[in-house]
Parts: sequence; C-alpha cells; structure tokens
Amino acid sequence: MASQNYVSDSESEYSEYWIDWFLGNKGNEYFCDVDVEYITDRFNLTGLNQYVDRVGTLVDIISDRQQVNEDQPEEVKRTLEDNAKFLYALIHARFIITIRGLNKMLEKYRNGDFGFCPRVYCKLTPLLPIGLSDTPRVESVKLYCPNCEDIYNPKSTRHAAIDGAFFGTSFPAMFLQTFPELVPVHSTDIFTPKIFGFQIHDYAKITRWRSLQKEKLIKDLQSKNIEFDENTPGGLAKPVPEYEGLSKSSSKRNRASKSRN
Amino acid sequence: METYTSDEPDTWISQFCTQFGHDYFVEVAPEFIEDDFNLTGLGSIVPYYRQALDLILDMEPETTVDSNDLPLVEHAAELLYGLIHARYILTKQGLHAMAEKYEDTCFGSCPRYYCDNMNFIPIGRFDSPGVETVRLYCPNCNDIYLPNSSRYLNIDGAFFGTSFAGLFMKMFPEINRQVQARTKEQFRLKIFGFKIHETAPCGPRVQWLRATPRNQNQLLELKNCEFSIPEIKDNEDDEGEINGNGNDEDDDEIIKDTERESDGEDDDGDEDEELDDGIVVEDGNGDNVSEMMSIV
Ligand SMILES: [Zn+2]
Ligand SMILES: [Zn+2]
Repeated sequence: MASQNYVSDSESEYSEYWIDWFLGNKGNEYFCDVDVEYITDRFNLTGLNQYVDRVGTLVDIISDRQQVNEDQPEEVKRTLEDNAKFLYALIHARFIITIRGLNKMLEKYRNGDFGFCPRVYCKLTPLLPIGLSDTPRVESVKLYCPNCEDIYNPKSTRHAAIDGAFFGTSFPAMFLQTFPELVPVHSTDIFTPKIFGFQIHDYAKITRWRSLQKEKLIKDLQSKNIEFDENTPGGLAKPVPEYEGLSKSSSKRNRASKSRN
Repeated sequence: METYTSDEPDTWISQFCTQFGHDYFVEVAPEFIEDDFNLTGLGSIVPYYRQALDLILDMEPETTVDSNDLPLVEHAAELLYGLIHARYILTKQGLHAMAEKYEDTCFGSCPRYYCDNMNFIPIGRFDSPGVETVRLYCPNCNDIYLPNSSRYLNIDGAFFGTSFAGLFMKMFPEINRQVQARTKEQFRLKIFGFKIHETAPCGPRVQWLRATPRNQNQLLELKNCEFSIPEIKDNEDDEGEINGNGNDEDDDEIIKDTERESDGEDDDGDEDEELDDGIVVEDGNGDNVSEMMSIV
C-alpha cells in the first residue's frame, strides 16, 4: 500500500491520508471510511466514468498513490480535488451496501452520527441517511427514521447540502434487512390537538380513521401469522395513554427499553 | 402608579422576551396582567406571587424583598410570566402577536420532508408547569416534534399550553389552506426500487400514521369515523390500501384534497359539545377545562 501523504491544501503543511482528510472535513460526518481495496478494484467503479472524468487519476489521489501535482494552475488543482471528493462519494454509495460497508455504517449508527428522529413519539430513534435518487445532482440527502417510517431534512444546512446519491435509495432498507434486530418497536401514538381539553372534531375524525387503518394492519398481520408484539423488532408498542403522568409513563418506558437491550 | 407601553425598551417583560432562547415568547400587554381576573388561580401556584408580579410590571415592591430572596423572586417572576403568557396567547391580541411570529417562522418549520417547511406552532402537552418542556406542532402532519436547538430545552411547555395550537388554527384558516396545498405523498422504504415484504421486520408497519383518504372508498370510511372507529368488515375490499402490500397504481384515483371536508361542518351530533365560536369539540380527558377561561 502506498504510504505517501496527501497535502490537503496548499496552505497547510501537515499531511495525512486523503480519506482521513476528507472524513475530517466539517459536514462530512455522515460518510464512512471506504476500504482502499474497494476503491482500487476497478470492477466496483463500473459506470462511474459517466459522471466524472479521469477516474484513474482520481482513484490514485484518493488512495494516496499520487498527489495532486502542485505545479498545475490553482483552478486545475481545485477541479481535481472536487472531482476526487465527488468520486469518493459515489463509490461510498456502492460501498455502504456491501457487508463491510454496512458494518462500518452500523458503528456510525450506534454513535448517533446521523442524528435522531425529531418526532416526539419516536423518542430519539437514531436516523439513517437516504437518497431519493441514485443519480447524482437530483436531490440532497434525507434521513430515514425506522420508527415512524418517514424521512426528514437534516438539521444542519451543511448536511442538507450533501447529495443524496452519495448514500443511495437502498441503504436504509439494506441496513435494516442486514441488522433486523435494530428495527425499533414502533410507537403507535397519534397526536390530536385539543382546545380546553376537548379534541377538535375534524382532527379527532382523521385520527380515528388512521386508527382504523392501524386496526386493519393488525388484523392482516394476525391472519398471516406475522409477529408484531412489543418484544419483536418491528412490532407495535402499546399506545401510551394521554395525560398519563410523566412519572408513571417514564417508569414503563424504562422497563420497555431495558427488556429491549 | 407607573405605566409602561410594551415597546418601551427596558421593561422587565421586554428584557425577558429578548433573552437567549426566549424567542418563542411574545410580550404580554401590561393591561392584561393588571387585570386581576386574568390571573385567577395563579397566586396558589407561584411562590412570592406579589413580589413576582411587581417585578414583572416594573413596580416598586410594597414590602422590600430580602436580598437573599431576590433570585427566588426572579425565578418566580419567570414562572408567573410564563403562566400568564399561556393565557394571554389565547386572547385575540395574543393570538395576533403569535401570528406575527408564526409568519416570520420564529418557531421553526417542520423537518419532515413531505411537509415542505410548514411552519411550526409551539405547544405544551400539559398545562401544569414543571411537567414537560415545549414541543412544536406541525399542522400539516398533525404531529409534534422536539425543538431543534438545545436553547429551548428549558422552556416549559405550560407557558404555551395545550389549547393554543388548536385555537390558533381555528383563528387563522389560512393555515388550513397551506396544509391543503401540500402533497399528501408518503414515504415508502425500498431496495433497488422494490418494496420491502410485509413479513420483514422493516416491512411497512406504520403507514397508517401519515395516511390520508385518497379514493372514494377511503373517503366513505372517513365519514364512518364521524363519532367512533367503525368495526372492520371481514370481506373488506382493500382498494388502494394504506398498509402497503397492494400496488401503488391507485394514484390516479386520488381525490383532490380540496374535497376534504372543511372546518366547522355541521354534524348535528348530540354527543358533541360546542365552544362559543362554533368550534366542535368532543369529550376528551378534559382535566384542565375548569381552570381555563374562554377569553377569545
Ligand atoms: Zn421517527
Ligand atoms: Zn409536518
């Protein structure tokens, strides 16, 4: 393995591996460390030359086999650096749905690197990055919550600017298929706004309709002998009664989370 | 007695509202606070009530406060102001003051992708102080979220209360129009374009949470949910079903969202109680009703 160091930019004198430099950049917290062996295997890069030129040179830069030639004009160097980042990110999308990549993302998931679901009833379920398209430059990255099965915009504008294709459309599903024990027990609470303690009719009505859809799902799962109790990954939690004092419900919640661990 | 107008820069109230993390609060009109009727019951909840009230209104205390007690009085004043605030924002004046903040996205916007930055409304899940901090309600997904900054982590939800969001939406029908204009699309998890099988743990289990009636059958079903959840019929025809094992191709059947029944529709239901301004309400676990005043 080449051990030459990459000089991150012309001003800074310290040098490190290109990938470490890339991952250390602010805003790149969602990315994992792609194995150099994966990047240098041309088979894994099939088709990426339609998105970026000089793939060979870029791979050499990413894998520290070659440094960006300092004698070139600033503009050329900048383009090479940007293209190297772009290529790394595209390879990243492919890598994270391999077993190695999934395990690296698992570590980041456990670290909470992708943030937590902001929905109150999801009780800080860790999120997973997702693209809405596998083609670059279509849509920025979103975050999937395995509890409410919904997608959210990243909190920080830096993360909100990252291309979704760097993570791809299939990653969260692959991740949860590979680690099914990580699928949370779903909260079944539905919020309904109230005025002076009374539910507002139209909102209560749609809540009832949604509850009816839930009942239909339960019936369907039962008829197909699919397990969905509150101790099964992907199961349905018992609804927490409204206005139950926090002390009461939190002790229940603690018990539930203990049994899950 | 000294009086202050709310836009004078150095009142206790304006200082409180400009403090770091206090940007959800509006300035309560001093006239509202000076009317004892609006403070009914607060004396028994807030310690150092008299002194705290004097502090809020920038009045010389009738009895001098022991300097050891000053931090306690200051703390009590914040609690008292918060509880008065919760009542004030239910008045016409308060609702309008909050509307200005809503329009400026002062409360943030919903992070849910399909909510397309719908503005948040602050809400407390409890009207008693000290139970839970403030949450944010999205009128589009009808759900509640945690504020995205830790600066709001010590703001008591009771300072906004359970009723404000609902009343606010009734007061400003424009919000409902903003909701109607938004997509009713839902997210579905896929691998290489294929949906996950229902037997997988990560298969669809909560699609009902974000569902909206999309076809005639479902609209009829919604009508049947007028007063209670109907029994599930055994031979139910799951046309365009929600829980996601059928095909997606029922989208051409989507009923225009504008056909959704509008607010305040007459349902002549005997079980319903009606608030004075035509809001149809239902029996909930109305613990807090007696304590609240209808001041709108
Ligand atoms: Zn969630
Ligand atoms: Zn929303």
